[in-house]
Amino acid sequence: MSVEARERRQPWILLSPALTAIGLLLFVPLFFIVVYSFWLRTATGADQVGFYLDNWNEALTDPFYRDILFSTLRIAAITTVACAVLGYPAAYFIARSRGNKALLLLLLMLPFWISYIIRTMSWINILGVSGAVNWVLLNLGITAEPIQMLYNEPTVILGLVHFLLPFMVLNVYVALEGVDVSLEDAACSLGSTRWQAFREVTLPLSLPGLAAGGLLCFVLSAGTYITPLVLGGPTDAMYANLVFEAIITQLNWPLGSALSLMLLGVLGALVLVYNHYLGMGQLMKGLG
Amino acid sequence: MGWSLIRVYTVLVYLFMFLPVAVVVLLSFNASQFGSFPMTGLSFRWFVELAQNEAILRAFRTSILLGALTAVISTTLGVLASLALVRYNIAGRNLISTLLIAPILVPEVVLAVALLLFLNFLSINKSFFLLLMGHVIFTLPFVILVVQARLVGIRRDYEEAALSLGASPVQTFFQITLPLLSPAVFAGMLFAFTISFDDITGTLFWKPGGVETVPTQIFAMLRNSISPEINALGTVMIFLTVGLPLLGLAIARRMAMQRGG
Repeated sequence: MSVEARERRQPWILLSPALTAIGLLLFVPLFFIVVYSFWLRTATGADQVGFYLDNWNEALTDPFYRDILFSTLRIAAITTVACAVLGYPAAYFIARSRGNKALLLLLLMLPFWISYIIRTMSWINILGVSGAVNWVLLNLGITAEPIQMLYNEPTVILGLVHFLLPFMVLNVYVALEGVDVSLEDAACSLGSTRWQAFREVTLPLSLPGLAAGGLLCFVLSAGTYITPLVLGGPTDAMYANLVFEAIITQLNWPLGSALSLMLLGVLGALVLVYNHYLGMGQLMKGLG
Repeated sequence: MGWSLIRVYTVLVYLFMFLPVAVVVLLSFNASQFGSFPMTGLSFRWFVELAQNEAILRAFRTSILLGALTAVISTTLGVLASLALVRYNIAGRNLISTLLIAPILVPEVVLAVALLLFLNFLSINKSFFLLLMGHVIFTLPFVILVVQARLVGIRRDYEEAALSLGASPVQTFFQITLPLLSPAVFAGMLFAFTISFDDITGTLFWKPGGVETVPTQIFAMLRNSISPEINALGTVMIFLTVGLPLLGLAIARRMAMQRGG
């Protein structure tokens, strides 16, 4: 074999274990559940192989599933907007601060190292019946009885914002770091106010970061399974809870396949739209 | 004026991120019987109880074993793939990169369902093996991203020098490339371990009955009510995943400073 031929083969040898793993453990299984979603789970618990549209019909038209899909998307949208509103000014501050930028960045990375389940359950200590807020309210005499503030949709959103905010701040920060400060100064010296300079120069230039952070927040919150179980009430199920219910509790795997693919389809379409307009580059910058 | 407003806003955002976690740590030292305010005194009793809780210890052992195996496998695959992506000009490189990071783009629930049902179809039931395969697949993209970022900074000259001096490619890899790579390998392993150690959604789908990792154990305990024991467990986890790395960083920095004089 010539040296050139070996040169050409080497990268593929290096890539083959990872590509095989992803192929066998992700793409083939995804293809499998596409096929599976057209099978039928009979009353006896056996799978009937074939091409049935029943599962898809149920996933698409059953008002129960549809309502939960819409409320999942609504929760994801509110979470994303809240993360942007909370996160943008903080990211701006970190990017433009001179003194303790390293410390602020280190602190920003810390939540990624703290377990998701602990950060989620920490709100029970704050808002629960015997939590910090109720303790303060009772001691100040504002309320006579503790108030149950948990287990509703707003606390689910609160938990998601708390979990996803660092993703947003980090992505916006990375984008703002790439925006030259002197551009804003230039705008000011040409007669615009600080606010105008920000709105017309810095903000548009940082939009790719905001979009990348937004996409991450939306996709991760729409796919969330744990937060509604820990911080939500019995009626606050999100789409991933339906999937779990169908697969693990009802053992209706073909239906569970169809529901999973619904979620993948909706979120995948969003990722494709994002990729079409902005490309994956900015997202990779924020993750890497 | 505007700037100080942003400063206050940022401080509030940071408080929002950290106060609830700080309360977990605070309450874990609460002497009171209930995992709540008021603090009735400082005590280590919940940590002692934790250390005697067989279920929690078992969950720790499972999590650590799972995380370590995931880190080794995922980093091996990831380093090889990153080398190919960074060091060679290959056709279809963008497509390959996208394929390799695809597990990040698929919602974890969907990934979990697909893998569970497919392996079940192949008669591989819920098991530690399934759990391990699942953890490898969703940590791999993160390892590849981290390792690739580090690899770009390593120059090829050293390897070329070794090769031109007569070292074989294998010798060059083990004696030159790998030592230069070791920070990237270490970062990849740490990252994979942390993600695996923290995972709960996929784990709930894949774990066999009776097997718990630390997060699923906490989740199961939350079903009853919040207890001081959960807060103590949270504090231990925070110490392990935040305290130890920070301590290591501080020691490394101090040593580097002393060496530098």
